[in-house]
Amino acid sequence: MSQQTPLQTPEDRPLEIAGKIYSSRLLVGTGKYCDLEETRQATEASGAEIVTIAIRRSNIGQDPEAPNLLDVLPPQCYTLLPNTAGCFTARDAVRTCHLARELLDGHDLVKLEVLADEKTLFPDIVETYVALQTLVEDGFKVMVYTNDDPIAAQRLEDMGAVAVMPLAAPIGSGLGIRNPYNILTIVENAGVPVIVDAGVGTASDAAVAMELGCAGVLMNTAIAAAARPVLMASAMGKAIAAGREAYLAGRMPRKRFASASSPLDGLFF
Amino acid sequence: MIEIEVNGERRQYAEKTNLAQLVTALGLQGKRVAVEVNLEIVPRSQYTQRLLVAGDRIEVVHAIGGG
Repeated sequence: MSQQTPLQTPEDRPLEIAGKIYSSRLLVGTGKYCDLEETRQATEASGAEIVTIAIRRSNIGQDPEAPNLLDVLPPQCYTLLPNTAGCFTARDAVRTCHLARELLDGHDLVKLEVLADEKTLFPDIVETYVALQTLVEDGFKVMVYTNDDPIAAQRLEDMGAVAVMPLAAPIGSGLGIRNPYNILTIVENAGVPVIVDAGVGTASDAAVAMELGCAGVLMNTAIAAAARPVLMASAMGKAIAAGREAYLAGRMPRKRFASASSPLDGLFF
Repeated sequence: MIEIEVNGERRQYAEKTNLAQLVTALGLQGKRVAVEVNLEIVPRSQYTQRLLVAGDRIEVVHAIGGG
């Protein structure tokens, strides 16, 4: 018997973003829910510790007693991650981050996304670079939404992103990971957490991202647009944990033909 | 009276109204909001010192659900 070389298994490092350690690798958005109670329940069921929020104009003249998102997701219980969704220029994205920092009493972790096109919501990478540079200079800790492009991901890391967040597929599309080999290359090159952001549709998509070695997955629509969002939130939490364990366990090599699981020795016929 | 713009709407206020009074008039006192006057963020601690000037363009923002 020749000695088998043990399969290489990756080191289990906790998810650390901008110096803080998180036990959940699922990050969730808070949009598209039917009401704040559903938002609260789904967020809780997901087990997520980092939740994204959007910054928008206050509704003037509405009921001042109407519940606020931050009443159901208090900043002392969750790490709030303000996003720059809806921004198509670096200028608007930087402005949004500054407003978010004021709103959240100096909290400086943000999710940068600068979009290029309404139809695909693909990122405008050039504007993203410009915004990132300014935000880093202004003292923000920036998690950056980007294409599944290893070159752009590396550049963003070099520029000071605290996490690189390639899309799996277009935002809200639920198409799953369209380009697993690029995601793998991004993961292999990265020195900061790689978090798949956008495009997962169901639990198996999230598990695939984790099996590729991603540090986490950020999702919104896959949960909020499920027929039963709270149940899907729970499923996603399990898929993320299962995918992570499978990644650490090291999957078996793929083989073209069968390999019997029961021993052939001791057959009596 | 002076006319200013708040979140894209034209509104009239008495002269020497400060930002804290504006936030109260909008029913947003004690709410978690951030305020920008002519693209410059005004920290919460400075609302009472900041007087409105005719033509000011004010944005009042808050957090909502988003992905």
